[in-house]
Amino acid sequence: MSLSSGSSEHVLVVEGLKVVYETSFGVVDAASDVSFRVGRGEFFGLAGESGCGKSTVAYSLVKEVPPPGRIVGGRIYINGRDVVPLPDEEMRRIRWKEISVIPQAAMNALNPVYSIGDQIAEAILAHEDVSKDDALARAEELLDLVGVGRHRVKSYPHELSGGQRQRVMIAMALALNPPLVIADEPTTALDVVVQAQILNLFKELRSKFNMSLVFITHDLTTMFELVDRIAVMYAGRIVEIGPTDEIVEDPLHPYTELLVRAVPRIGVGEKGRFEYIPGSPPNLLEPPPGCRFHPRCPKRFEPCDKEEPQLVEVEKGRFVACHLYRGRTS
Amino acid sequence: MLIEVRGLKKYFPVRRGWSDVIRGRKQKFLKAVNDLNFTIEENEVFCLAGESGCGKSTTGRLLVRLLEPTEGQVLFEGRNIYDIPKKEFKEYRKKMQIIFQDPYESLNPRMTIYDLVEEPLRIHGVGSEEERFDMVYQALRDVGLEPPEDFMIRYPHQLSGGQRQRVAIARALILNPKFVVADEPVSMLDVSIRAGILKLMLDLKEKYGLTYLFITHDLSVAYHMCDRLAVMYLGKIVEMGPADSVILDPRHPYTRALVEAVPKGEVEYRRRLKEVPIRGEVPSPIDLPSGCIFHPRCVEAFEPCDKEEPELVEVEKGRFVACHLYRGVLEAGPGR
Repeated sequence: MSLSSGSSEHVLVVEGLKVVYETSFGVVDAASDVSFRVGRGEFFGLAGESGCGKSTVAYSLVKEVPPPGRIVGGRIYINGRDVVPLPDEEMRRIRWKEISVIPQAAMNALNPVYSIGDQIAEAILAHEDVSKDDALARAEELLDLVGVGRHRVKSYPHELSGGQRQRVMIAMALALNPPLVIADEPTTALDVVVQAQILNLFKELRSKFNMSLVFITHDLTTMFELVDRIAVMYAGRIVEIGPTDEIVEDPLHPYTELLVRAVPRIGVGEKGRFEYIPGSPPNLLEPPPGCRFHPRCPKRFEPCDKEEPQLVEVEKGRFVACHLYRGRTS
Repeated sequence: MLIEVRGLKKYFPVRRGWSDVIRGRKQKFLKAVNDLNFTIEENEVFCLAGESGCGKSTTGRLLVRLLEPTEGQVLFEGRNIYDIPKKEFKEYRKKMQIIFQDPYESLNPRMTIYDLVEEPLRIHGVGSEEERFDMVYQALRDVGLEPPEDFMIRYPHQLSGGQRQRVAIARALILNPKFVVADEPVSMLDVSIRAGILKLMLDLKEKYGLTYLFITHDLSVAYHMCDRLAVMYLGKIVEMGPADSVILDPRHPYTRALVEAVPKGEVEYRRRLKEVPIRGEVPSPIDLPSGCIFHPRCVEAFEPCDKEEPELVEVEKGRFVACHLYRGVLEAGPGR
C-alpha cells in the first residue's frame, strides 16, 4: 500500500481519480488523474469554472456521482481506508460519520413539511442507535452551534432566511461529528453579509473541532479568505496545487495566473480595465489534444498541443501541470 | 442629463387570505421601490447596487417601462415616459432596452441567432430584408461573434453562456438605443468570461454613445464598471456618489457593512474572523421599520433613528447620504 494511505495526518487522500459520464453522445472525461490530500484540520479549496469537474470530484469523494457518472479509476482514502471498492451498504456507514457533504444550493434542499429539528434528528436516527429524544437534543445543540439557536428547533424551512437555512444544512452535515466536510459552493447564492458570516462559521468550527473542509467554489476571492491550500481545476484536470498565499502572489500555471487576474477586486488594478481569458473551456466530449488549456494559453509552445503535461511538484508543496516547468522538479 | 427619476414608487399588493378579509385586516403592500430620486447623465454608467430584495431590479424594469409605477415620474429627455400613450411609446422602446441576467432563459431556444437578433428590427419595421441582414451582420461583429455567418445559423443551446450574453447584447443594441438597462448581466457567467463581457459593454458604450443603468449585487464589478453608484436598501437609496469614492470611502453605515463584507481575496482573513459591522438580518419589506429603515441593524443607531426618517442629502460635492449621522454636515439641501 502506498505511503499515504495509512498516515494519520491525512484525513483524505485522493490518488489518480478518474470519473466519466457515459452519455448518449459519447463518454465525457469529467475528471482524470485527480490527486490531492487533505490534512487534519486543513481547509482545502477546489477552484475552477463551471464544467471543470470540481463538483464531480466533490461527489466522487462520497461516491455519489449523479448518473450517468461513474468512478472508473483511482483511490480515495478516507481516514486511511480506500472507499472506491466499498459496497454501497458500507459506504452508507461512512457517509455522515466520517465524511459529509453540504450540497450546492443546499438551503433549498430542506423538506418544507418537516420542522428543521425533525430533519436533523432524522439524519441522526438513520445512522445512530439513539432515542428520538436524544436525537432531538443533539439537533438543539447543533442549532446552537451553527448560530441558528435551539429555539428554532420547531421552525419550518419557510420561516427561516436563506442564510439560516444554509446554517441548518451545515448543522445537518455536522450531525454525526464527521472529521471531514465537503462543501459545494456553500455561499454562492447568499448575499455578501451572510456569506461573510458563513465563512466565519466554518472558521469557528475548525477551531472547535479541528474539522477538515474541502471547499468548492468558482469564487476565488472567497476562497483566498478561507482555505489553506488550493487546487485549480480546468477541463477535468488539476492544473495547479499550492498554498493559498503562494497561489495569490505567484501563480505558476498560465490558467491560474489569468484566472486570478480576471477577478475584479476593489481597489486593485486600473478601473475599467478588464482582463479576461479569450475563448471558452473545451467541450469534454472532444477535448483538445495535449494540454487541455493550450488553445487559450498565451504561453503555449511546441509540445503543448501534443503531450499532456503531468502534475509534478516543482517547488516544495507546489504542483503544476504545465510544459513550461518541464525538468523543474523538486 | 438623460434621465431624471422623481419620487418613483412601486408597491406590490400582498395577497390577502380569506381570514384576513373576514377579520377586516388592511391590504398590505410590499414597498419594492420607495421614493427614489436620482438622475442619470448622458454617456454615464450609473449603477444600482444592493442585496437581493432591495428593489434594484424593479427599478430597472420601471425605468424602461416594463412596469408601471405606483407613483412618480421618469423623465427621459425631459418627457415623463409613463405619460406617453402606449402606441407612441413603441418609438421610445427603441431608445431604451434591457439586458437580463440569465442568457439561458432570455433567448427563445427555437430561434436561430439570426432570427433572435433580427426580431427587434422586424417588430419595429426597420429596413428591407437586405438592410436588416447587414444590420444583424454588423451587430454580431460588434459583439465579437465572428465570423457572423457562422453564428447566424446556430441555436442558443449551441453557444456558451458568454456567447449567449453577447447575443442578448446584440439584440438590445440593434435598434440603436440611447439607454440600456443591464440587470446583473454577468452574474451567471464564469469569471474568465465575465471580464470580456464587461469590457465589450464599455467598448460599445464609447462607440455608440450609450448610457447604462447597471444593476449588480457585486461591488467589485460596480467599482470597475461604473461612474456613479447608488446603494439601495429595502427600496430606498441610502447612499449615492462617484462609484470609487463611495466604495473606497463609504459613509452610510449600511454601505460600510456591505463593503466590509465583500470578499476581496485578503488572505489574512484565513486565520481570523471577519467582523461585519451590522446586526441581524434584512427585515420583511412588508412591515418596514419606523424612522430610518436601517436602524434595527445599524451599529451606530442613536436617538432620532427609530423616529425620523433621514433624507438623502448632499454631504459633500456629489456625495449623497441618507443618515442622521450626517445631519450637521448638510451643505446643499435635499439631494434632488
